[in-house]
Order: sequence, then structure tokens, then C-alpha cells
Amino acid sequence: MSNPVLTQFMAELLSGRVKLVDLTQTLTPEFPIIQLPPEFGQAWPFRIEEISRYDERGPAWYWNNFSMSEHTGTHFDAPIHWISGKDQPDNAVDSIPVENFIASACVIDVSAECAENPDFLLTVEYVKAWEQKHGRIPERAWVLMRTDWSKRAMPREYLNMAEDGAHSPGPDAEVVPWLIQERNVHGFGTESVGTDAGQAHHLNPPYPCHYFMHGNNRYGLQCLTNLDLLPPQGAVIFAAPLKIRNGSGSPLRVLALTPTV
Amino acid sequence: MTEPLVKPKKKNPVLRTRLATLPPVPRSRSALGLTRAAAEGVFEMQVCADCGTVQYPPREVCGSCLSEHVAWKPVDNRGELIATTTLRHSNDLYFRERLPWRVGTVKMAAGPSVVAHVHEDCAEGGTVRLTLKLDRSGQAVLHALPEKDTPNMNDAPQLRESTCDPKFRRVLVTDGKSATGMAVARAMLEAGANAVFLGDASTWKTVPAFDKLVASDPRLQVVELDVTDTDSVDRLAASIGGKVEILVNTADYLRDGGILNRKDVNLARDAMEVNVLGLMRLAQAFGPGMCFRAADGSNNAVAWVNILSIHAHAALPARGAWSASKAAALSLSQTLRAELRGAGVRVMNVFPGPVDEEWEQLTPPPKIAPSGLAKAIVKGLQDGVEDVYVGDIAEELRTRLRENHKAVERELGQ
Repeated sequence: MSNPVLTQFMAELLSGRVKLVDLTQTLTPEFPIIQLPPEFGQAWPFRIEEISRYDERGPAWYWNNFSMSEHTGTHFDAPIHWISGKDQPDNAVDSIPVENFIASACVIDVSAECAENPDFLLTVEYVKAWEQKHGRIPERAWVLMRTDWSKRAMPREYLNMAEDGAHSPGPDAEVVPWLIQERNVHGFGTESVGTDAGQAHHLNPPYPCHYFMHGNNRYGLQCLTNLDLLPPQGAVIFAAPLKIRNGSGSPLRVLALTPTV
Repeated sequence: MTEPLVKPKKKNPVLRTRLATLPPVPRSRSALGLTRAAAEGVFEMQVCADCGTVQYPPREVCGSCLSEHVAWKPVDNRGELIATTTLRHSNDLYFRERLPWRVGTVKMAAGPSVVAHVHEDCAEGGTVRLTLKLDRSGQAVLHALPEKDTPNMNDAPQLRESTCDPKFRRVLVTDGKSATGMAVARAMLEAGANAVFLGDASTWKTVPAFDKLVASDPRLQVVELDVTDTDSVDRLAASIGGKVEILVNTADYLRDGGILNRKDVNLARDAMEVNVLGLMRLAQAFGPGMCFRAADGSNNAVAWVNILSIHAHAALPARGAWSASKAAALSLSQTLRAELRGAGVRVMNVFPGPVDEEWEQLTPPPKIAPSGLAKAIVKGLQDGVEDVYVGDIAEELRTRLRENHKAVERELGQ
């Protein structure tokens, strides 16, 4: 029994009319992780130890052990990650319905604004203006904020630490509930180290993207790359986190299916 | 007068590097008492409790009255240099590469006559100071030094064989951004180091004092180094491993807390990653290169320094996991010492009491200033010792651990 849509999808993929774009950063020990005040618990960075490499430790095989936190590298935030989402149903990476791992995406390009202002905050007005140009954000779509942050020098320019903490862009405290209530979005994705701005602890509520998205059982993606290769509308995102029991998030491979014409 | 050491030239890359040889290793078990004294930087010999005779060489019973009560005690180290000779031939692989070599007989004020390595500034018939030093094999030898310090006396090649002087050597400070790391770097420069590599595990973080230090001396060079990242350690060793002649492991992860007051092992694991496995990663990456260069000219690789804590010997329950990591690091360092001894690279362990730095904010004084700790490290290297206890608290705990370790355990747990 075959489905003509799937058959046609594979044909489009093979012909190159639909292209796969990798939105994932390579996991390396150097890849920056979010820095909390040192008195808090810290996420482990990516670490890797060789088990064997065709040597006396294993003559015909090469493999590694690795360790990291659930929130290292390009990663998915589940609602249970934030206190506001702790009582949501199916809120951990193992219980989220698998249907939610495929969704369309809107890419809002704010890279020019971020080049001018590292503390740029996405507003309702900005999104409305974007919709005027590119069409309304469809239901249950990822909203991905293209900042070109992934092109910054790692780790110094990427984390962009000053004496008063990190300076990186994110959504403001009004646009997040608006996206949920008015557009019923699937989640929010960024190129920087978190879905919230570097200075988001000064917003009300602090970390509004985490607070509202997870409080409404929506998802987050961060440390994305190659958002500049996606159209404003029309891409489909495949983002399936690892099935960690009661996991709050997970590093993952994020793939975008995008039309080439 | 000793000729001042000349800054070593750049290495001729087409000449074969001379490999390390060791002076004779075997000692009787009694003679290892001298090694213990030399390792700790004290001058002790056996003294008979019954007749007071100072024993040399070390023995099981008193050479005068056959009493078995011959305990190690500090003795007067002065004596008269009654005869010297300069060896110009030796069948021993170690000495034949280092000839000529001056030896002599010293009649000690304390009684015995001893054969010692004799410093070039000592005059025959004059008064000398005897000192116990570790030779390249890690065993104790007696050096006769001038009665008073002479200019450049530490530059004498014979003495430099027993010390780990930073002068004209290149030093890697594994965490150069910490208060201790910056102080160690400064002290090494003052001691005449040719270069100091400052490890930086958080290049994203601006530390004004660090930037100021780095700008202050062209001999300082910042290198990326995170001891929790095997790849980072390996990359640095591949880049500067052949230049590190003294490695000072200042990387430390200190967090308060016992064992039961926390619900996870995360901080403990972070402490182990830095304080224990970090040391092991550094050893695996830098140890072989240092061994290879252990006899490479006057700026040969000589020393590996671990900054541990007095709590490596006795846990501070208020910092349970950290204490455990320091104890584990001490244990690793003993293995490292055994493994580096074959090349003559010395492992020096430093046991400070509380250091005056940010994570010790709530610790009441007395605390050691980072600069004081750094000075003690440089002195330990110049003296060539293996164990350095820094500060009143460390000294007191060390003494009391010998007297009654259970009392220390109870009191630290209060």
C-alpha cells in the first residue's frame, strides 16, 4: 500500500526540488554553553573520550564515549524544562507526541537589526510588519529568529559577555504570549545559546520565551545554524529529541526540508 | 665565584636530543630516611637516644653503642671541608656526561665525616653548610655549600642538577586566569623564567587583572587550555609540549558542601573532572615530552608541580567532594612521581592551607595570599624539594596529623 504524497515527496527530494538543510551545529568540546552565575548548577559542555581507534584498545573499531547536558549544542527545550511548564501534560522529551517533531517554520530575519544592536528584542510590531510582507504565521508553526548569531566567532563573540552579563538578541515579553494566543505557534527557535535574549533576566517576566512557551506546552530550539538558507515561509522542520526518560530537553539533529524554487 | 648561567640558545633542531640518565638509585631502607628529609627540605640525621652519637651513613643500630634507638632529628649542618677532589673520569653513564664533578670530605660539627658533592664556591679548609638534596634519581645526596650565599651560586651546574630552578626555563601555568595562577606567573617571571604559558579555559570571559598581567611582560603567552577537555589538552601539548620545562597545575575546582546536604553528585563530578582527571589528562599529554627533554641542556624539563591542599591528607567535611578530589589527586601524583622518576623529572606537591581567593571568601583568616603561595612554589623549585606545606594552618595540621590523626578528623568535622 503506497501513499502518493509520500511517493511524490521522495521524488521531489531525489530530484532536488526539495532540499534538506542541516540546521545543527557540530558538537565539539569548544562549543559554548550557557553560562549561569557560578554558584548555580552548571550544564556540562560536550566532552568526548576515545574508547578505541583501531588500536590495542580495540583493533578493528573506532568509537567514543561522550558526555554533555540535555542543553548542550543545538538542542530542544521541552516544556518541563521551565517551572511554568512543569504540570503540562506530555511535557518531557519522552512523552511529547511524535507528531510534534515535524512542523512548518517561519523564519524572521532580524540579522540586520542584530548587527546594529546585539540586545535587539523581537516585538509584536516587528512580527506584524513581517506578516505584511511574507504572510500570516500559520497554526502550529515554529517561529525561528534569524540573527546570524551562528556566524559569530566562538566563543567570545557568540556569548558576547560584558560586565553585566551576556548580550544577545531574543524575543521581548509581549511578543511571546502574542505568538501563542494569536498565532498558536509550535515553538520558538534561535541561533544564540538560549531562546531568550542575553539580558532576558531583566525582562518581566524574566526569560519570557521560556516562561510563556513552556507554560503553554510549546517548545524551544536553540544554537541553530543555517537559518539564512531557509525561506521566510515554506520550510518544514524535523526536530526529534532523544527519548530520555523525563528529559527536559536534548541535543538533536535539526533538519529543514525546503523548496529550492 | 660561580659564572652566571647563560640564557640557553635556541635548540639546534638537527642534533639528537640527549636522553635522560640517572645517578645510582639503590639505597638501603635506612638511607631512605635521608631521602625523606631531602624531599621535605630539612636536614636530619639519626641521633642515638642513648649516647647522643650522630649517625652517618644511616644504620639500624648506633655505630657507637649498638643502641636501637636511633631516631631522625634535625642536626647542625655545618662542617669543615677537609679535602676535595675533582672527578674527571667516571664509568657511570650519568656522571660521565657531567664531568668534571667536584666531591669532598666534610668533617661535621655534629660528629660524622661525610662525602659530599662540593659546590665550586667552597674553599678547602673552610666552613661549609651541608644540605640534603634529591638528585635526578629522586634519592638524597649531600651537597656542601658555601657558608654564606655567594652570587649566582644556584647557577652552578652541579647544584642545578639537584634543583628545579625556574631561571631560564619555560613554565606552563595550567589555569593562568585564577588568582593563584596569575601570582604563580608573576613569581616565575621574577625568578627568571624564559617564558610563561598561561592556560585560559574561559576565553569568553574578560578578567581585567589577567589582561593587565598579560600586557605587562612579553614573556607571557596566553594559551587555550581546558583540563576537562582531552582534545584541548592534547592540542596544547602538540603545540608547546616540547617547550614546557616546568608545569604548574593551578587548575582547581572548589565548591563548598558536604555529602548529605546535596541531592546530586554533579559538583563532585565537576571537581573530579578538574582536580583529578584534569591532572591525569595533563600527565598523559605533557608527561612523555617532559621525560624526553629531561636531560636537554641547561633548560631541561625538570618539574611537575601540583597545587593540592592540606585537606588532601585530612578531609574538610564542609567541602567533602573537594577534599576527596584533592586526596585522589595526591594519590595520582604519587603514581606520576613514580612514572616520571625514571627520567628524573621531579613531582612537587604543594599543600596550602586556605588561600585568599574568591571561593574561600567565608573562610576566616589566616589565609595565604596567592603571592605567598607562589613564592613558596618558586622556593620549593629552587630548593628542589618534593613536598611544600604553605601557611600556618597547613603546617599545624601536618604536625597534628602525625601526633593524633583521629583528633584532627574529629575537629575538622565540627
